[in-house]
Amino acid sequence: MNAIMKSRLVWPASALILLILVNTIARPQFIKITVRDGELYGALIDILRNSAPLMLVALGMTIVIATRGIDLSVGAIMAVSGAVALTIIDGSGDPGNLATVLIAVVVALLVSLVLGAWNGLLVSVFGIQPIIATLVLMLAGRGVALLITGGFITTVNSEPFSFIATGYLVALPFAFLISIAAIVAISVIERRTALGVLTEAVGINPEASRLAGVRSRGIIWSAYAVSGVLAGLAGVVYASNIRAADANAAGLFIELYAILAVVLGGTSLNGGKFSLAGTVIGVLIIQTLESTILFLGVPSAQSPVFFAIVVVVVVVAQSSRLRSDLTKLFRRTGAAPAPAQDREKAEVAS
Amino acid sequence: MTATTLDRPVRTQEKPSMLKTFLSRNGSMMPTFAAILILILLFAGAEAFLRGDFITPRNISALLLDNAYLLVLAVGMTFVILTGGIDLSVGSVMAFTGILGARMLAEGAPVAVTVPTMLLGGAAIGLLIGILVQYFGVQPFIASLAGLFLGRGLAYIVSLSSIKVEEPAILWLQSTRMSFGGWYITPTGIIALSAVAIAAFVLHLTRFGRTIYAVGGNEQSARLMGLKVGRVKIAAYTISGFCAGLAGLILTAYSGAGYPRNGIGTELDAIAAVVIGGTLLIGGRGYVLGSMVGVFVYGTIKTIISFMGAEQSWMQIIVGALLLLFIVVQRAIVARSDGRR
Amino acid sequence: MRFGADVVLDEVDLTLRAGEVHSLMGENGAGKSTLIKAITGVIPMDAGQLRVEGRQVRFSTPAEAQRAGISTVYQEIDLLPNLSIAENIGLGRERRRAGMLDRRSMTQRAREVLADLGLDIDPGSILGSQPVSVQQLVAIARAISADVKILVLDEPTSSLDLDEVGELFRVIRELKSRGVAILFVSHFLDQVYEICDRITVLRDGIHVGEYRTDQLLRIELVQKMLGQEGATLRERDPAPVARPPADPVLSARGISVGRRVESADVELGSGEVLGIAGLRGSGRTVLARALTGVTRIDAGVIRIEQTEESLDSPRRAMSLGVVYASEDRRRDGIVAEMSVLDNITLGLQAERGSFRRIPPERRRELAASWVDALGIRPPDLDRPVGTLSGGNQQKVLLARLLALAPKILVLDEPTRGIDVGSKVEVQHLVRSMADNGVSVVFISAELEEVLNVGDRVAVVRDGRIVETVDARSTTIDGLLALVARPDEGDGGQVSHG
Repeated sequence: MNAIMKSRLVWPASALILLILVNTIARPQFIKITVRDGELYGALIDILRNSAPLMLVALGMTIVIATRGIDLSVGAIMAVSGAVALTIIDGSGDPGNLATVLIAVVVALLVSLVLGAWNGLLVSVFGIQPIIATLVLMLAGRGVALLITGGFITTVNSEPFSFIATGYLVALPFAFLISIAAIVAISVIERRTALGVLTEAVGINPEASRLAGVRSRGIIWSAYAVSGVLAGLAGVVYASNIRAADANAAGLFIELYAILAVVLGGTSLNGGKFSLAGTVIGVLIIQTLESTILFLGVPSAQSPVFFAIVVVVVVVAQSSRLRSDLTKLFRRTGAAPAPAQDREKAEVAS
Repeated sequence: MTATTLDRPVRTQEKPSMLKTFLSRNGSMMPTFAAILILILLFAGAEAFLRGDFITPRNISALLLDNAYLLVLAVGMTFVILTGGIDLSVGSVMAFTGILGARMLAEGAPVAVTVPTMLLGGAAIGLLIGILVQYFGVQPFIASLAGLFLGRGLAYIVSLSSIKVEEPAILWLQSTRMSFGGWYITPTGIIALSAVAIAAFVLHLTRFGRTIYAVGGNEQSARLMGLKVGRVKIAAYTISGFCAGLAGLILTAYSGAGYPRNGIGTELDAIAAVVIGGTLLIGGRGYVLGSMVGVFVYGTIKTIISFMGAEQSWMQIIVGALLLLFIVVQRAIVARSDGRR
Repeated sequence: MRFGADVVLDEVDLTLRAGEVHSLMGENGAGKSTLIKAITGVIPMDAGQLRVEGRQVRFSTPAEAQRAGISTVYQEIDLLPNLSIAENIGLGRERRRAGMLDRRSMTQRAREVLADLGLDIDPGSILGSQPVSVQQLVAIARAISADVKILVLDEPTSSLDLDEVGELFRVIRELKSRGVAILFVSHFLDQVYEICDRITVLRDGIHVGEYRTDQLLRIELVQKMLGQEGATLRERDPAPVARPPADPVLSARGISVGRRVESADVELGSGEVLGIAGLRGSGRTVLARALTGVTRIDAGVIRIEQTEESLDSPRRAMSLGVVYASEDRRRDGIVAEMSVLDNITLGLQAERGSFRRIPPERRRELAASWVDALGIRPPDLDRPVGTLSGGNQQKVLLARLLALAPKILVLDEPTRGIDVGSKVEVQHLVRSMADNGVSVVFISAELEEVLNVGDRVAVVRDGRIVETVDARSTTIDGLLALVARPDEGDGGQVSHG
């Protein structure tokens, strides 16, 4: 088991290390971490801090994808969550009050939970294709966010709220700590309970799982709910970072980056086996790549081209067509045939 | 809805029930009829609430003019969705071709070079997506996602900011107004309507078009029938890319400039218009004229909202709600036809 | 036409003659579908040769086979439900005018083909709006609208009612009279005897023989299909009818599922093994699924330990101690990419719920004990089940069910496609479970096995339980006669040659 996990993570992990190495050679200050007033600073720390929203969204996306689904609405949920939180803080008499901020965050997360549950309802109960079911909220969600903010970019000056994205706790960025907490929480929920295994079973073979007595409906539903809450948290972090709720820009394209992170981490879009560690590495690759592109003097707006190339390379490398073509090539050159594969074919054919 | 009804003369032969025959032939048009009904209700509602100055030749002409680019995108999207795929790249490909054209013209390239480059640029990205989908077996969603990233990034590589278009030939597309009474149409509108007409013709009267439907109906069966499934699928994405290039041209003419931030989220509007127009996302069922109705529903909602002075946010919410409604209706239709098999 | 495709089919011969209907018979896994696919160019043959009208041919795509005059109508209707009937008949071989479809001539052609077969169907209607029987006939119309020499019908009748079958047979006779060679595959013996001139029997990918229908008794045919040829032949050996148990653990009365199972009664005693014998398509699997909450029943009452229960999901059945092992291991039995460990404990974990995890050590211990008890090879808990041999996959599936300590075990062809050693082990296991008080429903197409493992044997035919006999005093021949017995009034067609 361990060996398999390791081998699955080899590629993404080496890609990440390679990226960091290239960066370090190009600009040695990249890996330098300085301590100022007992707080850590540096390019790597920035990557960890800035990756928080994507990390949260990608974790949820991993679980959804494991059930053979997809959640396109995460960006819209981020926008709604940020809008809810900021509108509450803005509307209160005392934006600087910690209690106000806490209430705002909790309400934002509850709203996100409801939105995630709505997605889950459409997918697991009404049986609507996940892409389409979540497309509804992807479209309407931003409208709801705009409605909440009244069409304006709500800005607030709230010390406790800003702390979420920019503050430091025990020498580390608070946003990074939120990421860590989410990673740990999701890992514990998925791997310390049986939820992870049952989710994989549902993703690999829904019918066999049903016959084995697995409650697949509840499992799928909960995956979307978790994805919703994590997207909501990401929305709060994002809003805190810019100290504003921007219903149009918040979480724009994040669903795409999150899916990319999941795929980079070695989780198949066909569902089933998932790797949270892989997703974490995937997120870090994307964030490091982003920072590298920026360092190269490429305007960040142009970075999608690089990601397009990454997507193409990854999916083509994963495609069975390429693999079978390569296998054929090897066979032609006289390499050992694969008997196991032949047997499998025969069994399918019978 | 389309040519299908035209080329079937009314049967002289007496049948037990005309309605039954009609339904067995055109059952899949029901969602499109529903879209037309919604469009009529929208018009009637707007007319009633806006003191009778909504249904004017001017407004209706403007509806086509303002949504010409979306109409062209929806036409391309219809091809892809009919095969059972999806193309997320169209918004950013439109932005890319638009800014590319503006930049080329600004650099002094002739129109005769610029316009074909825009169209072929769009088609090339579509072709890339098609190859990923067909040859490498990548899910359409992911393959077109790569196209989305590529288009957006390329748009910013061409220019980070808006470029004004001074070329008279391009501006002519938008500024020429052919009027008939209160009605008017511009060359961009004619282009959009021609795209619909050509698509309707191709989809209904050519083997290629019927193969598009066949692939969406059941890819395996289509292959067993000896139809050229792979080629047709790649062609569908290429057509969608071509249409995105054409939409880039129209939008550049419409706004008099290329802008790399154009069309963010437009792919969703195009998908929504196609679905509202009665095309099933599982593929194989739908009409390009339905997609046109879908675009008009979309445009009308937008117009009504701006007439009422309501916030644009309602636009997204209403379109999302309509999308949900249609998805649920389609789900019911599919469930019913499954039950029959 | 002769060829031998390796592994699945070994040196199989098949000769089709013009103007004859030829039946291909065999149980599950006999290689019928593989043979058809090889003839029609869907899969390539490894060895052998194919001759059409004396000319040697080789197909690498279905289109090539079609060009050579071989058309196929598949079991699942392989047409396009979203297009019109005319298009379904004409697409792919239509005439075009300057790249355009000539719709009028396509519709005209379709109308002709349909009329030719004596069918009154509107060619303009959408295929999906028509009943399955019409779709089936359209598929045949498409197949013959080209210049067809050989028509392959792969289980065309599986979803048709009696009148519709009659209509189909009328069309088949019509084609036959025109000199078309027809390969007809069906698991309904009555239909085979009604329409076919010759029968080729396959078993486990091996060619058993070719026979003239009027010279092969039904019972002989079933014998050959099931591989009971050693047994002596007595046409109707009365089998002793068994008495139902006095105090059944499971009692099902009047179970109906659509028309696939009709008012079946099943009684299962404590610690008893009830064998179910029947051919493929007889309703044996649907019955098993109905008893275990996998398929919902349309009518009937199921009592478990005298209490009436509504089994609306496998989960509900499991909570009552009723578990089911599917005949199709790969499709809905094992979770192939998951480990042996996860597969064995899946049911137990599902029963406990997502959040009450079985402690890891306990889980490994448990799985290891089952691997040990059932002799699963290799004894590696972390190996993906999909990489194990069929027999070991079956044992993993059984281990999952046994770990739940069930009261009632329903096993659907648990020994199909597994090696002889594993087969004997599974049979012993079932017996020892019964000795420990577990009640078992044991479905198998192998009569010897059903008699050896079962205490009583219920015979399923055409969706009905026709007889329940005592296993110990029933011979294979006796059982065979029950499984194959033709319906009343139909016996005249079987004559000894």
